[in-house]
Amino acid sequence: MMNEEVIVTRDLTKRFGDFTAVNAVSFSVRAGEVVGYLGPNGSGKTTTIRMLLGLLLPSGGSAQVLGYDIRRQSEQIRLNVGYMSQKFALYNELTVRENLTFYGGVYGVRENRRLDEVIDLIGLSSLQRARAGELSTGWRQRLALGTAIVHRPKLLFLDEPTSGVDPMARRSFWDLIYTLVAGGVTAMVTTHYMDEAEYCGRVGIMRNGSLLAMDTPSALKENALPGYAWDILPGEEGSFSLLPALAALEKCPCVLRAGLSGDHLRAITPAGVEAHELQTQLSQAGIQVARIEQVEPTLEDVFLALAGEKGD
Amino acid sequence: MELLIEVRNLHRSFGELRAVDGVSFQVAPGEIYGLVGPDGAGKTTTMRLMCGAIFPDKASGGEKSLIRIAGYDMTRQTEEGRAHIGYLPQRFSLYEDLTVMENLRFFAEVRGLSQSEWKPRCMEILEFVGLARFIQMRAGNLSGGMKQKLGLAAALVHQPRVLLLDEPTTGVDPVTRQDFWQLIIRLAGQRAGEGIAVFVSTPYMDEASRCTRVGFMRAGRVILEGKPSDLRNRLAGQILELRGSPIQLLRRVVERDEYVETALMFGDRLHLRVRQGKDQEVIARLERQIPAEGGEINLLRHIPPQLEDIFIALLDEGSPQG
Repeated sequence: MMNEEVIVTRDLTKRFGDFTAVNAVSFSVRAGEVVGYLGPNGSGKTTTIRMLLGLLLPSGGSAQVLGYDIRRQSEQIRLNVGYMSQKFALYNELTVRENLTFYGGVYGVRENRRLDEVIDLIGLSSLQRARAGELSTGWRQRLALGTAIVHRPKLLFLDEPTSGVDPMARRSFWDLIYTLVAGGVTAMVTTHYMDEAEYCGRVGIMRNGSLLAMDTPSALKENALPGYAWDILPGEEGSFSLLPALAALEKCPCVLRAGLSGDHLRAITPAGVEAHELQTQLSQAGIQVARIEQVEPTLEDVFLALAGEKGD
Repeated sequence: MELLIEVRNLHRSFGELRAVDGVSFQVAPGEIYGLVGPDGAGKTTTMRLMCGAIFPDKASGGEKSLIRIAGYDMTRQTEEGRAHIGYLPQRFSLYEDLTVMENLRFFAEVRGLSQSEWKPRCMEILEFVGLARFIQMRAGNLSGGMKQKLGLAAALVHQPRVLLLDEPTTGVDPVTRQDFWQLIIRLAGQRAGEGIAVFVSTPYMDEASRCTRVGFMRAGRVILEGKPSDLRNRLAGQILELRGSPIQLLRRVVERDEYVETALMFGDRLHLRVRQGKDQEVIARLERQIPAEGGEINLLRHIPPQLEDIFIALLDEGSPQG
């Protein structure tokens, strides 16, 4: 059961006129996974999801969702998946419970017990008589998730689920996703936040319609990045010392990429480079350094490395 | 030290809602200050007060309220102060049918630059943001990243000393975002001239972590302020990463531990925040407990705290009911 493939795409492509929104994307998702689909706005994430939901016909390639073909069996797909869109489709004038009753009705779910169960799960029991329009963004997100799961879907598509909320609300939203996944649901989540993608078991990186890589966050960092990541704090306080330090860093033979990051510099070097080598090269250029430390690469480092490799 | 932004004891209510409730902060030339908080924390109201778009409530008793931009009192010298502010809103508008140069000329003239001034200034600023080659291109044909840079150029055309940015890089390509932040840091880091101060408002920690100083805002107040590296040090030694299987069992075991303050699932791993000074004790206990219950640890180690950990820890302190 756990190894059953719930999404399989082969060379999935969508063109709008001359514009290729999704370009030969192939991947698969097994039951019980939480897969992130990471990329900037306009990289083809939502277009992919719309094809997988059977809302948009592909221009090429194929895909099966829960074993159904996206071209011919889109109705079965829509009955069996849950979808939470970027702009939640909630009725502001209806209460929390009425919104759930409405969506339940669409899918033929009429048991009060299921509604109670969902309200309980999303943590809105005390607010079930509040109008959706009166809820905070965080609560609206939970309600939107509730409307997407009321018919007990096996597969959930979440499109940019946590935009504009604070880290606390985001964390509790993700706790909810993990609770669902522990109960046997598979989730595919699109996001443009690098830090949100860290919550996913596997992450696909989209850019300009192409899937550049898909793997666990740790494997992406190990494999897609050509070496080590470093944080370098200049000796002098404030941002004034950063620019000369950056110029010096860019000239170091062992530096693959250097950039500014707030009050410090970040550099990528080949594996095996040691802190004292960087230190020596910088001090030869007349740059004082307070601290050099090897740090965990981020998904942003990975993204930049992949984007640089494959060009624009 | 010269201050370009000076805000003290700022209050502003809308009816019953105390949108800004006693906010103070200061920003010097060369600094990039990030005001970070969720939607509804009062960030936008603070920015509107700084621009002189709205005025603060009279402070009742206690410290006097004050908003100074480049030395001008924004409640009395609003126009003079505004002349020193460059503002890049979240959704900025460009004239899609005009070329890059025509757009910039328009903003330059609105800002009162004369015939002889605007052209060299526009060329200089387009050079800086990397759009000099595209001056004849219509704004509507630019990529998202280039539009962003043109928006920045428009905000900088009158050489402001204070640059206000509202969620400047939400949803843009990381490559563009990287470019954009390099420009901002370059601007702030220029020693030449009089130096400028950058003020960023954002709910996102990854934007916050690029600032030289950060203020966390919540419910109308700035609850903590500091350099990202200093803030991260507050939780040094308290954040652990745990990998192993089965992950649900791991989670149950850590959530039972009295010294684990929060446990967060991250795909294939857990992040724990443990009580200060109890990390070794927790590590030893988990290393015993997890195998005893049939689980397996692949990795258990300290990891550096992130700004997000600090923010969450703060919120936990502030809400005793959990």
